[in-house]
Amino acid sequence: MTEIILKDIFKSYDQTEVIHGVDLKVESGKFLVLVGPSGCGKSTLLRIIAGLERITSGEILIDGNEVSNIPASERGLAMVFQSYALYPHMSVFKNMAFALENLKIDKKTIEEKVNSAAKLLQIEEYLQRKPKALSGGQRQRVAIGRAIVRDPKAFLFDEPLSNLDAELRVTMRKELSALHEKIGGTMIYVTHDQVEAMTLADQIVVLNNGYVAQAGAPLDLYNNPSDIFVAGFIGSPKMNFIKVNAIDKSGSFNLVSDALNLQTNHKNLQNNTTYSLGIRPEHIEVCEQQNSDLKVHVDFTEQLGSETYFYCQGEGIKQLIVHHTGQYKINKGEELYLRFKRDSVHLFEENGMSVSKKNN
Amino acid sequence: MSETTSRIIKIATKKRYKNKYHWTDYFSYFYLFLGVLLMFGPVVWLGLSSLKTLAGIQEYPPTILPLSQIQVDVEGYDKPLPIFNVTQEDGSVKQLAQIKRIGINAKMVDPLNPGETVKVPIDKREKIREFKIQWQNYVDPLRKYDFLLYFKNSTFITVVATIITLIINSMAAYALSIYEFRGKNFALVFVIGTLLIPLTIILVPVFYVVANFGMINSLWGVILPGAATPTGVFLLRQYMLTLPRELIEAARMDHASEWAIYWRVVLPLSIPAIAVLAIFSIMWRWNDFLWPLIVLSKSEVYTLQIGLNAFHGELTSQWNYVLSMTMVTLLPIAIIFAYLQKFITTGIASTGMK
Repeated sequence: MTEIILKDIFKSYDQTEVIHGVDLKVESGKFLVLVGPSGCGKSTLLRIIAGLERITSGEILIDGNEVSNIPASERGLAMVFQSYALYPHMSVFKNMAFALENLKIDKKTIEEKVNSAAKLLQIEEYLQRKPKALSGGQRQRVAIGRAIVRDPKAFLFDEPLSNLDAELRVTMRKELSALHEKIGGTMIYVTHDQVEAMTLADQIVVLNNGYVAQAGAPLDLYNNPSDIFVAGFIGSPKMNFIKVNAIDKSGSFNLVSDALNLQTNHKNLQNNTTYSLGIRPEHIEVCEQQNSDLKVHVDFTEQLGSETYFYCQGEGIKQLIVHHTGQYKINKGEELYLRFKRDSVHLFEENGMSVSKKNN
Repeated sequence: MSETTSRIIKIATKKRYKNKYHWTDYFSYFYLFLGVLLMFGPVVWLGLSSLKTLAGIQEYPPTILPLSQIQVDVEGYDKPLPIFNVTQEDGSVKQLAQIKRIGINAKMVDPLNPGETVKVPIDKREKIREFKIQWQNYVDPLRKYDFLLYFKNSTFITVVATIITLIINSMAAYALSIYEFRGKNFALVFVIGTLLIPLTIILVPVFYVVANFGMINSLWGVILPGAATPTGVFLLRQYMLTLPRELIEAARMDHASEWAIYWRVVLPLSIPAIAVLAIFSIMWRWNDFLWPLIVLSKSEVYTLQIGLNAFHGELTSQWNYVLSMTMVTLLPIAIIFAYLQKFITTGIASTGMK
């Protein structure tokens, strides 16, 4: 069991700073996911933890020991790469045994460990094959097997599923989750796919441009995004944003735009100020005209059978995505009356920060 | 085997359309035959000439096949004399042996009647030849001269020098491509910079160094000075740079020391480049002439190339031996090239990365 702590990590390449003071704590045995758009520094951060990149300043603690100056080979971590990085000239067995051989472990133990890892991952049949004779999913398993044979202090995953097809990705996601249950190590997982992040993580850290935008449990991030970036990033399809004006109506506020006039229970707003209203597709209901907040035209629909997505346009609203459970027949261009779930309306200030709902 | 043969025939007789010849077919085959003639012609010419007698080689006009003039012993003459068909004044043809040629006339003798000589204008006579392969060209140098020893020396130099070259160059290339250290680029520029200096310029200083180490007339004096070649370092480095970075990083994560990364990951993956360098090194070493000529002056340490040179005397050259031993010199390298060239093309594809 291993605890990893990053303190005030900075990283620059020449003059360009890419990580601007990241603090992070990975609790022992937890599955932490680093998520963010490409170029946000999540892979760099993982490589910093692995020891493949040097930091410009800050501290990295693994189980309380400062490791910033310890090379990757001695940190005791295992990493699964996006490209799997299997040694093409070695058999699967050799690939998995390589690390143990480097640790000068005796042959018998190596064989036992490799075989038990192979059994766990169901790759026993391929042990004598070369990587090029394996499918993508099998290679993925071997890469994971290579990591688990030597009981590392922690596992690092660098977008391990991004080379797999959609179906296999879902399967492997479940297997990874089960694997974490079974072996219970500390795991740090980098992905740009927020679905992977939501499904796998005990804790998600959203990175944006080298800063930590928000860290927390998956549903915390979903329910209470701290800023407009996290709100837009977590959740699929994305949260809708509408520019609104807050108008003070004796104690409570109304949110007003061309198409919208909505009373809100947000308290601490500035009168006559522009805010971004955020509402998730699943928090918009189709309703009768008399109860509606908003009238829109349907641009097109995605009929998935169990659910339906409407892509709508309204006055001053470029696109509004609406989720509807079940099926709904509607033609392009038809009108639709919508109602927002009041409790699920998020408001963001112009600098992107979320407006708290608490009364103060 | 028969399948291979039929496939070769199929490839060798390919044309653009199934049933007829297109003009591009004529053009292609013409071009290919021209190429074969240009590249293979000299070698065939060398091979055929190496089977001629010395007189056959020097004959003018030259013949393609190893034909040699028939010579007969004639009473009263020490050496065998070449015989000719001579057209007589009455139109009949008679075989006469030539004693010597004087201007446009030849002094000839009838072998059946050696007492009487006749003068014949040279345009009235024609050489009588027979097809004769002069195996002696091959047997003599190997027996009389120490060509087997030269062969052994050349082989030793080539094999040992190539092994040393591959090890040193690949280690240098690893350091310059994968290992991180301060001054790496400077070191690279330094190594590449030595490419600009030709051997002829450093010949004397290097000779001086070799002499001071007491390696004159030793095979090591030939092997060691050229063991690290900037060309080889550069070639291997460029190849190693193309190896996926993640593989090296995976090895680092797998506790591998730099040596283990070099020996167990980088080297096996660089086999195609190493094969190329091996071919180059073998060719350089085997064909090397100038440096061995300078370092080796005793015949027991001669290489083949120096041995060949020894057939050129101050006054005469034994061309028949030069040609036959050139053939012997060519063969091993041709075989090695044929064997190693397949390594160049294979292996590159199988990096195991997606």
